[in-house]
Amino acid sequence: MDESLRELYQEVILDHSRHPRHFGELANANRVGEGHNPLCGDRVKVYLVVDDAGRIAAVSFQGRGCAISQASASLMTDLIKGRTIAEAERLMGGFLHLVKGEDAADIAPADREHLDVMAGVSAFPMRVKCATLAWHTMKSALEDGEVAKSE
Amino acid sequence: MSAQLKPAPPKPFDPVASRAEFEILSRTVYGKTLAYLDNAASAQKPKAVLDAMRHFATSDYANVHRGVHYLSAKATDAYEAARVKVRSFLHAQNPDEIVFTKGGTEAINLVAYAFLAPTIEPGDEIVLTVMEHHSNIVPWHFLCERQGAVLKWVDVADDGSVSADAVDAAIGPKTKLVAISHMSNVLGTVTPLKQIVARAHAKGVPVLADGCQGAVHAIVDVIDLDIDFYALTGHKLYGPTGIGALYGKRAHLKAMRPFNGGGEMIKEVSRDRITYADPPARFEAGTPPIIEAVGLGAAVDYLAGCDRDAIAAHEHDLLAYAADAIEEFNWVRVIGKAPGKGAILAFEAEGMHAHDLATILDREGVAVRAGHHCAQVLMERFGVASTTRASFALYNTRTDVDQFVCALQKARSILA
Repeated sequence: MDESLRELYQEVILDHSRHPRHFGELANANRVGEGHNPLCGDRVKVYLVVDDAGRIAAVSFQGRGCAISQASASLMTDLIKGRTIAEAERLMGGFLHLVKGEDAADIAPADREHLDVMAGVSAFPMRVKCATLAWHTMKSALEDGEVAKSE
Repeated sequence: MSAQLKPAPPKPFDPVASRAEFEILSRTVYGKTLAYLDNAASAQKPKAVLDAMRHFATSDYANVHRGVHYLSAKATDAYEAARVKVRSFLHAQNPDEIVFTKGGTEAINLVAYAFLAPTIEPGDEIVLTVMEHHSNIVPWHFLCERQGAVLKWVDVADDGSVSADAVDAAIGPKTKLVAISHMSNVLGTVTPLKQIVARAHAKGVPVLADGCQGAVHAIVDVIDLDIDFYALTGHKLYGPTGIGALYGKRAHLKAMRPFNGGGEMIKEVSRDRITYADPPARFEAGTPPIIEAVGLGAAVDYLAGCDRDAIAAHEHDLLAYAADAIEEFNWVRVIGKAPGKGAILAFEAEGMHAHDLATILDREGVAVRAGHHCAQVLMERFGVASTTRASFALYNTRTDVDQFVCALQKARSILA
């Protein structure tokens, strides 16, 4: 089989896409973002609980999409939980470099170990948007997604 | 009156031989033979079209309708000859009923802006089906946003078919236009255009057909259909991109306001007054896509020189062969099974997202479309976010279908 396909759809990716971590709505989320890929119609919603110290205390996502977008979202929730906003955004920057096949030296080795499974996306330029959808949605949740309090 | 030339009888159609005329089909992708099954998005171009464009550009090219010099006259002749060819292709009566546009989308926008917008009142209705391409939805949406028009949606049956009764039922006293696809780019459904036009006309309502797919697969006779407007695009018709055409009944076109303003569409311009050219020039502002028009002329000539019934039969054979093969798989659901549908096969595969599937098919040399196919209203109707679509052209063969089916099984083994 095509080596790049094997790398793209490796077991870890398929496992994340079939059994996504932190999937579902987060009732107490105080930041919510909605992402949409107009190319394929896929949608994703990212829920975050950001505590007073600016740390992501909880995270989840919901939506449907291809294996790449689901796996990427799932992996992201694993990685950003417990990080500060600045750390999450830095990680996103590194991730974007990685999936575009650019120099991703800014990713800490421990994170790199987890994210490397997504590196195969760089051989499929048409699929980079699938991989980045959840991350952009997370960023928009942090920037403009403050949930209005009803009281 | 010039003598009517009797057209040469069409040559017998041989799909395998026809492949030699489409040079791109002999290339490989990722070291695999190319099975190009994305024809509903855009078709490949035969040598006859590319040669005609090259010949024109290298021997007769100049701007049209302007210069008095030799080449300008040659170019004008070639451009107007292309219009006559499109007229024949659609069986229209007059060449001045053919307006060149940059594609099907522009043709429909032209009708929305120049025909409907000047008279539309709040509450006026436009009837369309849920299977329309976005190009036959968004221009009408503009009239809703800007002028308070209302869209009346006609549903399709679960098999994807559309009945004249359903369209008729949606036409009311406030209906100003029926805008309907001749053939769906997802379901393959061919609409009963002639009956729909008859029903609409009985209520005094004009009809526009989006023929971007229909004109490729069916012989279109606008007089027999009695249709008011028919839009087509060149690039799906084995012609170049950047060119399309709108057929409009002469009386409509004459009564319509201009679309874009600029050169060529005027009679006289003074500081405070403009008079407009007659159709079709009125709607062809600026330098038109001249080389592309010549290419479109060559494309319709190419089709006219083929036995189109034989092509249709061949495409239907491919469709049936492919549908039979994939419906063997209990993990595939075909969307669109209307009787007499055209050669388009859209489907959902259990546990496999269309984009993942298309990526794997691609690496097997099979080009298909994945996504919503610019028909999100239809996707919603069938409760799917996206589908994978294989669409067939005259040059496809059962070998392409076999390659596609094999690749599908491979995708299943990787993803599911």
